[in-house]
Amino acid sequence: MPEPILRVENVVKHYPLTRGIIFKKEIGQVRAVDGVSFDLMPGETLGIVGESGCGKSTLARLVMKLEDPTSGQIWFEGEDMAHLGPKAMRAKRRDIQIVLQDPYTSLNPRMTVGDIVGEPFDIHPSVLPKGDRKRAVQDLLEVVGLNPEHINRYPHQFSGGQRQRIGIARGLALKPKIIVCDEPVSALDVSVQAQVINLFESLQNEFNLTYIFIAHDLSVVRHISDRVGVMYLGKIVEVGDEASIYEHPSHPYTQALLSAVPVPDPVGRDERKRIVLQGDVPSPANPPSGCRFRTRCWKVQDICAEQEPPLVQIGTAGGQYAACHFPQERDILDNDVPTAALDLSEMPQE
Amino acid sequence: MSDPNASMAAAAPETVEKETYLGSDLPPAPGDKEKSRSLWSDAWRELKSNKVFIISLVLIVVFLIMTFFPQVFTFGKDPMACDLTKSRQAPSSEAWFGYDNNGCDVYTRTIYGAKASILVGVFATLFTMLLGGFIGVIAGFFGGWVDSILSRLTDIFFAIPLLLGGILVLTSFPASDSTNLYSEVAKVVLALGILGWTSMTRIMRSSVIQVRNADFVVAARALGAKNSRIINKHVVPNSLAPLIVLATISLGGYIGAEATLSFLGLGLQPPVISWGTMINDAQPYIRVAPFMLFFPAFFLSIAVLSFIMLGDAVREALDPKLR
Ligand SMILES: Nc1ncnc2c1ncn2[C@@H]1O[C@H](COP(=O)(O)OP(=O)(O)OP(=O)(O)O)[C@@H](O)[C@H]1O
Ligand code: SF4
Ligand SMILES: [Mg+2]
Repeated sequence: MPEPILRVENVVKHYPLTRGIIFKKEIGQVRAVDGVSFDLMPGETLGIVGESGCGKSTLARLVMKLEDPTSGQIWFEGEDMAHLGPKAMRAKRRDIQIVLQDPYTSLNPRMTVGDIVGEPFDIHPSVLPKGDRKRAVQDLLEVVGLNPEHINRYPHQFSGGQRQRIGIARGLALKPKIIVCDEPVSALDVSVQAQVINLFESLQNEFNLTYIFIAHDLSVVRHISDRVGVMYLGKIVEVGDEASIYEHPSHPYTQALLSAVPVPDPVGRDERKRIVLQGDVPSPANPPSGCRFRTRCWKVQDICAEQEPPLVQIGTAGGQYAACHFPQERDILDNDVPTAALDLSEMPQE
Repeated sequence: MSDPNASMAAAAPETVEKETYLGSDLPPAPGDKEKSRSLWSDAWRELKSNKVFIISLVLIVVFLIMTFFPQVFTFGKDPMACDLTKSRQAPSSEAWFGYDNNGCDVYTRTIYGAKASILVGVFATLFTMLLGGFIGVIAGFFGGWVDSILSRLTDIFFAIPLLLGGILVLTSFPASDSTNLYSEVAKVVLALGILGWTSMTRIMRSSVIQVRNADFVVAARALGAKNSRIINKHVVPNSLAPLIVLATISLGGYIGAEATLSFLGLGLQPPVISWGTMINDAQPYIRVAPFMLFFPAFFLSIAVLSFIMLGDAVREALDPKLR
C-alpha cells in the first residue's frame, strides 16, 4: 500500500461573524468547512463536487495553506503542514500549486504573460539560473498550447480559454507534485471546457501530477477523476471511486446531483426521472441539526434531525463511503423515488 | 533579450521533459501581427486622441517653460527692475499688462510668478502623494489594527480644512527673514502637505483593499511570494490609477491654495514673486488699477483649470480598468 501524498484529517474552518466596526462582537460563525477528511494518493485525481457556497474553495485554500484551519491536520508527504516555519513553507509551495477559477481575475493585468509565467522563477530563484528563464517560460507556453512568441503580450489580449492556459502554465512552472484546481473550467464556454480538461489530463500523464479537481457539477469531473467526493454545507457526504459514485450512488444528495447530469445513452435518457431538490441550501452560519441535508431530503425521518450520520463504508466493494442513515445503493436509472415528496419533472429532451 | 525564435524554444528541455507533446489547438496564426499592449499604453493611446487632454497638456507645457525659462517670454526684462515714476500706468504697447504700484512691469512679473506657483503645486502634490499613498498602502494592505489606527489618524487630520490647517501652521511658524525662493516654497509645501495627504491616503487605501484579495494575489501567495513582492508587483500597480487622477486634480487645488495663503499674507512673502503675492499687492488698487489684479488672477485660473482638465482626461482614460 503506497503512502498517501496528502492526508487531510478532520479539518475545520470557521469564520467568525462579527458586528460593529471598532468593538467587534462575535455574533456567530460561518462553518465553511466542518470536519473534512480524505487521503490523496500519488498520481490520482480526486474530484470535489458541491453546490456554490458548500466550502470547496475554502477547502482548497486550507490545503494550500493560504489559510490556517480552525482545527484538524493536513499532512503533506508525511509532514504536518502546521509545523512548518515560514521558510520551510515557502520551499514546500513548490510542490503544491493552484489553478484558479476565473481566468479574468487570476492574471495580473499589468504584467506580461512572460512575467506572469516567469514569476515562479523570480520567487524561487534557485530553481533556474536567470539566463534559462525565458526559454523555460516559452517551453511552458508551448506545453499548454500557446504560442511561445506571445510572451510580451498582456492578459487582456487573450481569450478566456487561453488565459486559463496561462494560469496552468504558471501553476506548472515549479514542477509541483500536486495541483489544486479550483473550478478551473467553470468560467469557460462548454466547447473550451473539454479542451482544457483534456489539457489537464495530458499534463497529468506527462508530469505525474496529483490533482484535487473542484467543480460544482458531477459531469465535469467524471472524465478526469479517479475518485469523487461530494460536499454539502462544509462536509463530505459521499466519497468513492468514479464507478461507484456514478453508477450506484447511495447518498440522496449525490443521487439528486446525478439526476441532473445529462446522459449520453438515449435509452437511459427516456427512462430517467430528474430529481429536483426543493428549497435553497441552508446558511452555513446556521446549519440544520443532525443531517445537514435533511431540510431538502425526501427520505428524511425523525432520527435525521437528532443524530448526525457518520461517514461509513457502503456496500462490499470497498472504497465507497456515505453519511446517511438510510443509504441505498441505487441505480440512477431506477424510478423508486416516491413521487409524493418530490417535484419530478421529465428530463428535457435535448 | 534576444528575439524569440522557434528553433531556440525547441532546444530547451530544461523545465519540461518533452516539447509540444500536445498538439496545439492554437496554431500561431500567420497574419497575427498584434503587438504587445499594456494597459498604460492603451490609456496613452486613448489620451492622445482626447482634445481636452491635448489642450491642457499644451497649456501645462507652456507653464512649465515659464517656470524654468521665464526669459523666453520676457525678452530679457528683469522683474525687479522697477521705475516708481511709472507706478500704476495702464497697459500699453510698451508694457502689455501695465505697471504695478511700484512701477514694475506686470507682464514680466506675471511670467516670473509662475515659478513659485508651479513649484508649490508640484511639490505639494508629490509630497502628499508619496506620504498619503504610502500610508494608504500600509493601512489597506495589512488591515486589522494597523488599518484601524492609521484610518482614525487620517480621519482626524481629514476633519481639519486644508486652508485652516495651512493658516495655523504658517502663523505658528516663526516669521523667517528668508528671501530665498526655495525655502519659502518648502515652507508652503509643508503647510499644505501636512493636511493634504489625507485624501490621498483614503483613495489609496480603498483601492488597495479592492486589489489585495484579488485572485492574482492569491496565486502569488500560493507561489510563496513575500508581502513586499506582492505589494510592489501586484497591489500597487493595480491600485495606482485613482491616486494619479486625484494627484493631477489636486495639483490645481494646491496652486489655488498657495495663492490664497499668499493673498492673506501668510504664504510666500515678497520679494518672492507669485501670483498670490501679486494679487495681494493689487488688492488696495482694485478700482484704480484693475489690470494689476486681472492678469495674475487670469494666469492663476488658467493654470488651475489646466490641471483639473488634465485630471479629468486621465480619469476617463484609466477608468475602464480591465479591458
Ligand atoms: N473569508 C471569509 N470570511 C467569511 N466567510 C467566508 C470567507 N470565505 C468563505 N466564506 C463563507 O464560507 C462559505 C463557503 O465558501 P466557499 O468559497 O468555500 O464556497 P465554494 O464551495 O467555493 O462556492 P463557489 O462554488 O461559489 O465557489 C460561504 O458561505 C462563504 O460565504
Ligand atoms: S440522513 Fe436522513 S436526511 Fe440525511 S440524507 Fe440520509 S435520509 Fe436524508
Ligand atoms: Mg469557490
